[in-house]
Amino acid sequence: MSFSISLIVNGSPCDVELDDPRVTLLDLLRERLQLTGTKKGCDRGQCGACTVIVDGRRINSCLALAVSHDGADLLTIEGVATGDRLHPVQAAFITHDGLQCGFCTPGQIMSAIGLIQEGHAADDPERVREGMSGNLCRCGAYAGITEAVLDATAAMALTDRRRSA
Amino acid sequence: MQWSAPRNDGPSQAAGNTTGNTFIMSDIQYVAPRTLDEAIGAYAAAGSAARILAGGTDLLVQMRSGAVKPGLIVDIKKIGEMTAIEETKDGGFRVGAAVSGMALHDHPRFGKVWPGVLEAINLIGSKQVQGRASAGGNLCNASPAGDSVPALVAAGAVVTVAGPQGRRELKVEEVPAGPGRTNLKPGEIVVAFTLLPRPKGASDAYLRMIPRTEMDIAVVGCGVNLTMKGGVCTDARVGLGAVAPTVLLVEAAAKALIGSKLDEKALEAAARACSAACRPIDDKRGTIVYRTKVAGVLLRRATAIAAKRAQER
Ligand SMILES: Cc1cc2nc3c(=O)[nH]c(=O)nc-3n(C[C@H](O)[C@H](O)[C@H](O)COP(=O)(O)OP(=O)(O)OC[C@H]3O[C@@H](n4cnc5c(N)ncnc54)[C@H](O)[C@@H]3O)c2cc1C
Ligand code: FES
Ligand code: FES
Repeated sequence: MSFSISLIVNGSPCDVELDDPRVTLLDLLRERLQLTGTKKGCDRGQCGACTVIVDGRRINSCLALAVSHDGADLLTIEGVATGDRLHPVQAAFITHDGLQCGFCTPGQIMSAIGLIQEGHAADDPERVREGMSGNLCRCGAYAGITEAVLDATAAMALTDRRRSA
Repeated sequence: MQWSAPRNDGPSQAAGNTTGNTFIMSDIQYVAPRTLDEAIGAYAAAGSAARILAGGTDLLVQMRSGAVKPGLIVDIKKIGEMTAIEETKDGGFRVGAAVSGMALHDHPRFGKVWPGVLEAINLIGSKQVQGRASAGGNLCNASPAGDSVPALVAAGAVVTVAGPQGRRELKVEEVPAGPGRTNLKPGEIVVAFTLLPRPKGASDAYLRMIPRTEMDIAVVGCGVNLTMKGGVCTDARVGLGAVAPTVLLVEAAAKALIGSKLDEKALEAAARACSAACRPIDDKRGTIVYRTKVAGVLLRRATAIAAKRAQER
């Protein structure tokens, strides 16, 4: 049985043939589309390294079947910068040392972008920690991650206000 | 070129392992029907080898571990009724079985009317898991520790089920049969949860005890749903999770609360009733003694939260 699906990945349409319905979005991204920025940590929903944004919501791509996402709009770490200009969340992770080895970082950044879009974190570190609890960091860069998310939230709110002013 | 996953029991582990041009065709089928009738037809025809896919946050993990090897996956998320949240004119709700926790969270009214049900569903996993996980999946997975179930039991939610023999309605507490088992008949699919309109002064709360604050399995979970009139509790329902093979409706605890002003005597009696209802297991998360005690403690705390919310409504 073969399945054709169409996706939008980081703004570009892409058609894929799948011959096994068990292929996850994560494996599709990494192995077929060569988008290896999205990481595979646990492959069972526990670590958040595989976080991507699908139709506006952050999900674990290891727990999503590609075949059930025909027509979906995906945003991965490869699609967040604008040319050489980093996304504010990326920039904040660098400023605040929100990483050490960097393995969890793409998932952390995608999760943070999702959290900021959801609009509940604001300036409360406790809410940020709760909202980011699906992303583990083996290097323990949590303090920097929390600061980066708070900073990026503030920076993005400021840009929004300037834009609407 | 076709895209192959290596043959194994779970979702592809390293889908790039295609060996040259030889592609191993899989024996697993997938359908995503647009109507409930088609879904029931496909699901019933495939028998016990078929699995329903809602958010997949349990199913994919079980497939990967090899615990489940479906011959057919029936994806129900393309069926409108399954993903719809409907507020009826009289103020009741109908929540499709496959609605994700995040979608329910984003509903402008649901969390105001049923804060306990919403907080229970929103305790499932991380925010990323929430983007997919559904209350229907939580119920049908039939873990005694499923977080949404005690809250839905306390809420008195009615489950609409559809199968080859048509539709029927069940109480939430009638669905689980034991760990990992339900009372659904072959070919039956959970379609929606119906929550009745609430009187003024009614509210609910759910609390769970876990050793961490996030991302853990309930040691005990307790849902309390109250109606208060002039400081007196006129109606109550209590659901308890993770203390028996299935989630329990604790009628004795509700009885102790009804007619009282939620004074110490009533709370003590209700807490005792919860502890008495426990038939828990001993495991690394909690001993029998601990779970039994915590059930009473959570009853008191959840009751206090529900009562406060009821006052504000
Ligand atoms: C990292 C992680 C953390 C988690 N944390 C929690 C937690 O804190 N609390 C908790 O309770 N759970 C937790 N879970 C378990 C899981 O997320 C929940 O049980 C979730 O609600 C399952 O919903 P789903 O839509 O993903 O179900 P699926 O995986 O799609 O389905 C689950 C089961 O139910 C069946 N099914 C689904 N929908 C229907 C239907 N409509 N009719 C008939 N059968 C159906 C499926 O065939 C399958 O057997 C966690 C899971 C992960 C991966
Ligand atoms: S790889 Fe998906 S959550 Fe760990
Ligand atoms: S930076 Fe190493 S795991 Fe997070």
